[in-house]
Amino acid sequence: MSSLPAAGNQLPREHYLNATYGLRSWLLTTDHKRIALLYLISVTFFFAIGGTFAGVIRIHLLTPNGYLVTPETYNKLFTMHGVAMIFFFLIPSIPAVLGNFLIPLMIGAKDLAFPKINLLSWYIYLVGGGFVLYSFATGGLDTGWTFYTPLSSVYSNSAVTPAVLGVFINGFSSILTGLNFIVTIHTMRAPGMTWFRLPLFVWAHYATSIIFILGTPVIAITLLLAGLERMLHLGFFNPALGGDPILFQHLFWFYSHPAVYIMILPAMGVISEIIPTFARKPIFGYTFIAGSSIAIAVIGFFVWAHHMFLTGESAYAALTFSLLSYLVAIPSAVKVFNWTSTLYKGSISYDTPMLYALGFIGLFLVGGLTGLFLACLGLDIHLHDTYFVIAHFHYIMVGGAVMGYVGGIHYWWPKITGRLYPEALARVAAVTLFVGFNLTFFPQFILGYLGMPRRYHSYPPEFQVFNVMSTAGASILAIGYLLPMIYLTWSMRYGKVAGRNPWPATGLEWQTDSPPLTENFDVTPEVTWEAYDFVNRPDLGLDVKSAPSLAPAHGDD
Amino acid sequence: MPLYPEQASNFAPSVDALMVYITAVCLFFAVAVTAAVIFFFFKYRRKTAGEIGVPIHGDMRLEVVWLVVPMLLALTMFAGGAVVYVDFRRPPMDTLDIYVIGKQWMWKSQQPTGLKEINELHVPVGRNVKLIMASEDVIHDFSVPDFRVKMDVVPGHYNTLWFRPTKPGKYHFFCSQYCGTNHAVMGGWVTVMEPADYEAWLSGSSSADASPVDAGQKLFAEKACNTCHLPDGKGRAPSLNGVYQGKVLLADGSTVTADDAYIRESILAPNAKVVAGYQPVMPTFQGQLTEEQILALTAYVKSLQSQPVPATGAGIAPAGKK
Repeated sequence: MSSLPAAGNQLPREHYLNATYGLRSWLLTTDHKRIALLYLISVTFFFAIGGTFAGVIRIHLLTPNGYLVTPETYNKLFTMHGVAMIFFFLIPSIPAVLGNFLIPLMIGAKDLAFPKINLLSWYIYLVGGGFVLYSFATGGLDTGWTFYTPLSSVYSNSAVTPAVLGVFINGFSSILTGLNFIVTIHTMRAPGMTWFRLPLFVWAHYATSIIFILGTPVIAITLLLAGLERMLHLGFFNPALGGDPILFQHLFWFYSHPAVYIMILPAMGVISEIIPTFARKPIFGYTFIAGSSIAIAVIGFFVWAHHMFLTGESAYAALTFSLLSYLVAIPSAVKVFNWTSTLYKGSISYDTPMLYALGFIGLFLVGGLTGLFLACLGLDIHLHDTYFVIAHFHYIMVGGAVMGYVGGIHYWWPKITGRLYPEALARVAAVTLFVGFNLTFFPQFILGYLGMPRRYHSYPPEFQVFNVMSTAGASILAIGYLLPMIYLTWSMRYGKVAGRNPWPATGLEWQTDSPPLTENFDVTPEVTWEAYDFVNRPDLGLDVKSAPSLAPAHGDD
Repeated sequence: MPLYPEQASNFAPSVDALMVYITAVCLFFAVAVTAAVIFFFFKYRRKTAGEIGVPIHGDMRLEVVWLVVPMLLALTMFAGGAVVYVDFRRPPMDTLDIYVIGKQWMWKSQQPTGLKEINELHVPVGRNVKLIMASEDVIHDFSVPDFRVKMDVVPGHYNTLWFRPTKPGKYHFFCSQYCGTNHAVMGGWVTVMEPADYEAWLSGSSSADASPVDAGQKLFAEKACNTCHLPDGKGRAPSLNGVYQGKVLLADGSTVTADDAYIRESILAPNAKVVAGYQPVMPTFQGQLTEEQILALTAYVKSLQSQPVPATGAGIAPAGKK
């Protein structure tokens, strides 16, 4: 509920959406905001594909014998669900849509440092996505999204080669986006926008970009080697040719574990923006939240072999990686504590983005804490490769990353389109998502502890009750996703005009028109205030005297 | 609805103890944070439209507390897990060694006496058992939830897995590492027996007292024949209902009468005469069955002569074809 009356708001006469017209003006645009919208459409497309596969999986698992699809089809469904969701939705979602749109606006720049490379990133994404869709359409893919060798490189009869090529190509899109963000954040900040005045969303994307640049080349090389082994029978991973399948796992997880942080760090950035805005107070422990993003990005590179405790790797390696995995949990915990403390003595509203942020805290908490179970060597013997793992990473990736993404889309929707969505409906959708998600995935923790292995087309009947609960939850979840797709689309034309700063919020992106000009700002802004400072911002039109007696600040800041 | 599987090995109590400890710590934090969020949410809800919150920027003492306390608790979890894991990775010296081979999509095991089993594993209760495991193709994983143990089975590597069964009974085992099309049915049963029963089973006398048909029916399940030869003809192998003394159409177009010799040959050299429309996927049982057992299986197949023959997927040639 926007607390200030949006007095006589009108859309600005000229903005990035109506500056030029025609398909060509979109396909050849170098405007970061338009490229963000191109990404928005394409990641939504892949989300719809991946979500449909998930729906069929859940219906199939209603009965122990699974009558709906054959084992071959089932294996393809969960593989293609994973590939579409991870490589073509989750990894690009927040960075390429929200990051692309917002980073220049947040730091007071006209565009990213390399606008044409930004457009190139999107085209590379499309080419990579095209190869993957070609694989899906011509035989499908049944290796699991993890592409473990020698199943993928020798034994699989599905269309592995185009899929691997597609993911390989798509990697360059990530690398270029990361490069663009890092250069932009270093060189294009407006006067007065010091590093410690940056919104935490920008810090989170800086950390994410480090992983993009350092991690993505490794997955590219790994998949290339697997592809070469498949096409040319070179023995990298196939023991029959002198290779070692475990080597593949080391290389694969060296990227794919940090990739989890690619998915969750930007969502943490979104939450760090939403909470101060709707609690109307500075974020608690700014430097700790910013620093923890960097700590996660760095330590995240040294935990990969915790996916391999039961491959027969050396027990000493397992001990080391277990310890490091516990270490990487600490910065995430610090963030949760700081977000929670930000609510203390705030002025909290129930607006939709805030509901998503609070939902994120709850779900990420469960996802993060269950990671402690899996990092525990003794317990992982039992939990590894069961539904417990499935539940854990869906709590992080859907409960965390997707809730962050959808919450962020709502929060910045007025900036992106200039219009508000129907608030009551949006709250219903947020609650529906939260309930549906928990009903879908919480039973899977129990299933996992009972021993149900993942990637099973059929299962012993004693597991059925929890599978039925899960499928029921997934139906609710599907409604929770469909609702925003419908009302957000509706609001682009019929929504109430939002004005520059409907919430109001403190960031630079709210200082310009909604939707912004192609050049973002009329004049380059000058920053004279700290991040999330409501007290020294008379321009926001808030009652600054309303803050009760100021508590003395301790230490930080 | 059970919330945890049966505790049937030496590892089960310690793994469950870790589970309880970590759950307790996590529940404490989850409840504390959730309660704080909900409390703040209602306590500090916005009263007037223009109101702002108290500008608190942080507190160094709190930051230190919530860096250090979770770190110490995490270290206790690490240590507890490490103790169990190191025990799990270092088998004792006095083990009963059983060889296990995984291949798409079945498990073969061999007892020290040479007795072989498929999708079955018999072990004595109270004895330290070590599985020495290899894969013939892709990566598999041998997993027994009731024992709380699992280990990948990796081509080109020998991996070992040890446990001490503590309770006689039958326990499901699974392939836990995705291995292709029939991953989900690549499982079977571990039978934990009293030592005397195990010895009797090893010497092949376990079915001595039963009638040949009953013994054959039991073997048919024990050797997992029934996972492919489904009575309704929808399995990976033809239904055996009514096949005895019937005409069987083979892959090369010829027909053969399903007599005792053919049944015996099909058990010991299954690829010699493959039924039309089926893949030569059945493993040989040469050396894995005593003569008595082959007789019992044959007797069982004979007994299926009176069972209803499915319209498709039957072993016998359809009436129209020669």
